[in-house]
Amino acid sequence: MDTLVFLVAAGLARGSVLALFAISLVIVWRAARVVNFAQAAMAVVGVYAGFALTAATGSYWLGVAGAVLTGALLGVLAERGPLRLVPRDNPLPGMIVAIGLVMVLQAGLAIAFGAAHRPVPAPFPQRPLSLGGVPVLSPYDLFTLATAAVVMAGLAWMFGRTSLGLQLRAAAFAPETSRLLGVRVGRMVTIGWAVSVAVAALAGLLLVPTELGLSPHAADILFVQAFAVAVIGGLDSPPGALLAGLGVGILTSLVTGYVTAAAAPLAVLGLLTAVLLVRPAGLFAAREARTA
Amino acid sequence: MSTRTRTLVRASLVTLVVIAATFGLDPFRNFQLATAAAVFAAVAGLTVLVGLTGQLSLGHAVLMAAGGYGYAIASSSVVAMTSDDGAAAVTGSGASPGAAGTLLPFLAGLAGAVVVAGVLGLLLGLAAARLRGPYLAGLTLALVIALSSAASVIGPLGGDQGRAAPFLPVPGALAALIAVEQWHAWIAVTLAACAVTPLLILRAGRAGLRMRAVHDDETAARLAGIDPGRVKAGAFTASALSAGTGGAALAIVTQNVSPGAYGLGFSLLLVVAAVVGGLGSLGGAAIGSVLVVTLPWAADQLAGTLPADLTARLDGNLALLLFGVVVIAVTLAAPGGLARFLPRSRHA
Amino acid sequence: MHHPSPAPLRTPPRDPRSDPRPRRALTATVAAAVVGLMLAGCSTPSAAGTPGVTADTVTIGTHQPLTGPAAAGYGPISAATSAYFEYLNEKGGIHGRSIEYVVKDDGYNPADTQTVVRELVGEEKVFALVNGLGTPTHSSVLDYVGQNDVPDLFVASGSATWNDPGKYPNTFGFNADYVTEGAALARYAADTEPDAEICVLGQDDDYGAGILEGVTAVAGDDGVAAAEYYSTSNEDVTAQVGALKKAGCGVVVLGTINAFTALTLGTAAQLEWFPKWYVSSAGGDQETVLGYLGEENAALLEGLTSVNYLPQSPDDEWVRLFEQINEEYNDGAPFTGNTVYGMSVGYLFAEALAAAGENPTRESLLAAVESGELTGNGVVPLSLGPDDHGAYHAASVTVVRDGVQDYVGATYAWDGATLTETESTPVPLENEGIPSTP
Repeated sequence: MDTLVFLVAAGLARGSVLALFAISLVIVWRAARVVNFAQAAMAVVGVYAGFALTAATGSYWLGVAGAVLTGALLGVLAERGPLRLVPRDNPLPGMIVAIGLVMVLQAGLAIAFGAAHRPVPAPFPQRPLSLGGVPVLSPYDLFTLATAAVVMAGLAWMFGRTSLGLQLRAAAFAPETSRLLGVRVGRMVTIGWAVSVAVAALAGLLLVPTELGLSPHAADILFVQAFAVAVIGGLDSPPGALLAGLGVGILTSLVTGYVTAAAAPLAVLGLLTAVLLVRPAGLFAAREARTA
Repeated sequence: MSTRTRTLVRASLVTLVVIAATFGLDPFRNFQLATAAAVFAAVAGLTVLVGLTGQLSLGHAVLMAAGGYGYAIASSSVVAMTSDDGAAAVTGSGASPGAAGTLLPFLAGLAGAVVVAGVLGLLLGLAAARLRGPYLAGLTLALVIALSSAASVIGPLGGDQGRAAPFLPVPGALAALIAVEQWHAWIAVTLAACAVTPLLILRAGRAGLRMRAVHDDETAARLAGIDPGRVKAGAFTASALSAGTGGAALAIVTQNVSPGAYGLGFSLLLVVAAVVGGLGSLGGAAIGSVLVVTLPWAADQLAGTLPADLTARLDGNLALLLFGVVVIAVTLAAPGGLARFLPRSRHA
Repeated sequence: MHHPSPAPLRTPPRDPRSDPRPRRALTATVAAAVVGLMLAGCSTPSAAGTPGVTADTVTIGTHQPLTGPAAAGYGPISAATSAYFEYLNEKGGIHGRSIEYVVKDDGYNPADTQTVVRELVGEEKVFALVNGLGTPTHSSVLDYVGQNDVPDLFVASGSATWNDPGKYPNTFGFNADYVTEGAALARYAADTEPDAEICVLGQDDDYGAGILEGVTAVAGDDGVAAAEYYSTSNEDVTAQVGALKKAGCGVVVLGTINAFTALTLGTAAQLEWFPKWYVSSAGGDQETVLGYLGEENAALLEGLTSVNYLPQSPDDEWVRLFEQINEEYNDGAPFTGNTVYGMSVGYLFAEALAAAGENPTRESLLAAVESGELTGNGVVPLSLGPDDHGAYHAASVTVVRDGVQDYVGATYAWDGATLTETESTPVPLENEGIPSTP
């Protein structure tokens, strides 16, 4: 029982980071109908920037701001640059350009900073607090969970309650109509990219202290799992990404604890396959347009 | 001559030309050629799949690995069964076993490769038939990440160390004439030809027509009596068989299959090769395969001439940077890929 | 565009019978073949002479993880070996020949190992491979190296695979084998912590299995309270550490690489659990582990028990010489166990080359290694011989005390079945660390 509680709690912390990253993928998919394969590489560039800023100023919070702003800037650059030139009627070229960006960014980081892992200290203690004698969550885990919750609530408020959010949603769902109604669709797509990569950079920043350290490949596995999470949730659906993220986090934690660490990616693959076989467009997919 | 006969004659000619070319290469170049041939089989499968049916698979490295594991396991089991001292045939040191001694394990290995890659391809194809672009990409990506877990969870796959594939020595009569690398290049080129020629025939025939119809307009294809699910699953399986044969060729050349060889980076490189060459073009796939094998080597040679601290940073990364730039440039500026620049008989 | 197509971005359907692609495939393949031919430059390798040996140089090569996940843990080794060779060359080399050490990066990926080793043998025409690093990586080229009769000396791994003279007559290991290390650690634990439950955490390959085998050999099948494994592809060991903690382990023997030693100690500290850590030599270097943990966590390594077979005491004469070489020829890179390891490999190769005669051949080099006359610079006897291709079957215990990792005197030898306590036998430093040439 103790083990179960401990594993579920550990899975929850990891799952919240997964969910946050998955939501960043959902945002860009909704805005631009592109699966941004470069999300991990772009996020890691942001984390490097934040790390450098923290090292220079000694302030963790300045580092967070630096990472998020760098992420947003990268999102704008990517969208205004190569991705604007991609034909929009077919998701394939966009995915391939993003794969090209991954290679450019990761190789660039490795050339600039070297490929070695750099230790990244956590801003809060990582020793778990005990609850009735059972170690549950560390202050850093609580910080991760709280940050993820605040960011997700903020995003929900922005998309649901503000005029900007309304325009963003309109531009994504009906670009032609929105344009006629005076929404600046191009600008909305750019904002979508900026928000998305900024969120991803934040997720990366939360993740790195719990792993071996910062390297150009630090977020690769996070991306693959978050992509699986987004697909399970339905790609279009932020609540789907949230639920699937927490679910996958707990699943991998339980499999690691009760079976073996090596089996965790297989469990994610199994869950993904099972969900897609039952619901080919994910759990919370919007109804498909006419197919036949 | 029928189209099919013409294709077969052409394919045999190309194979013979390439095999003749191995006489002009030193052993390391022949090793690179053999690797490129193996990669070509996988990229050809991928390019037909993406170009004709629009299904993006990011997991073709796993299908290659499936072929490699199938080859290594089946072939080494036969070696162990047929010889009292299986080790002698595996190391190849000392007296090399007769042609018959290596032919049987070779054929068993190929059968193993085709069966394992085919079954995995069929299963993926059945799933793929129900999925649209990004969902399929997500599934195949998760598959790539799961490979090394599968290798450590499934005992016979041998964990990170992988499986050894029996060594195929040069047959006695040829041993005086050619080095082992050249012999392996012959095997790899021949296997690639056997894998890719059926794709050519498939694409030129009715099946190819159906795939294009499904890709262009699924609804119209359905109305014309074509079952899109069957077409997609079939295309995926055919593509997997080709990739699996490539994996078998690579297992023969390197005498080893391990999950590290078929990771995320390599899987994306296969996509790069297909895109750079031009999606749907088999000629482009050949160019792309040669590029992904030789460019990292050439970039490292270039980096090696620079000061040592710079070399350490550029090592391996320079090639990746170049690939990234080329992929973006080709996708944006020349969607037809490098195949557009090949001379051709007729403007399409 | 001749097609009045409404969707110009889609490929227009083609008539398959006039498809121009097969011919383009032909052209492309021929073009690719021609390019390959042009790249070829030289065609056939020259058969004359001994590969890699000229009048004034001997070229040898290695495969090392300079990039990738293992780079931070083991990358400095080859730089140290190169620095030693540079020092040696400046002192006149061996038999008047300087040693050229070609280091190729394989990123700890067997597929890359296969390519770079073929490049070393086929392109660079190396005389021998020296200190190829890693079990999964090096296993993938064993057969190739054997078929090409390349001497394959001092593999950087303690797997028993290398010690198989019948099957791999050219291959020799360098590390003390993992079983020896596991057994030595278990015996020392039993002697100093008689009441503690002994547990094992290992990598899920030959490494972890070898350590567990050694521990079990000493502690008995029931003597291991819990055994857990990790995979290098998953940088999260929370579950394994949690399970060990729950099993009430007092001593945890680690068969982990440096990065995962750091990860394990860090994770356990987060769980507020501080058992005694007993680490194999491949993952127990204080300075390297600290590189991962960060200097501020130095206290976590206090009391860390490990084994070694190379000079390690700060006042050892070999260590002082190596520190000096490191300053002068290695840009004063951080001095760690990896530095000593890399330079010791360089010394052992130089010794073998010196013993291989004035005109070394691959045969004379192998004969020198098997002669039983090499001494190396270890603190335990070098056991290389015609029937034994493993360099060390003994190990001496080290403990970190007051921030200094040093030998404590306990030394154990393993004969394949039993562990015996023995004395350490340091090799005196002679001739400024340059092997004498007979």
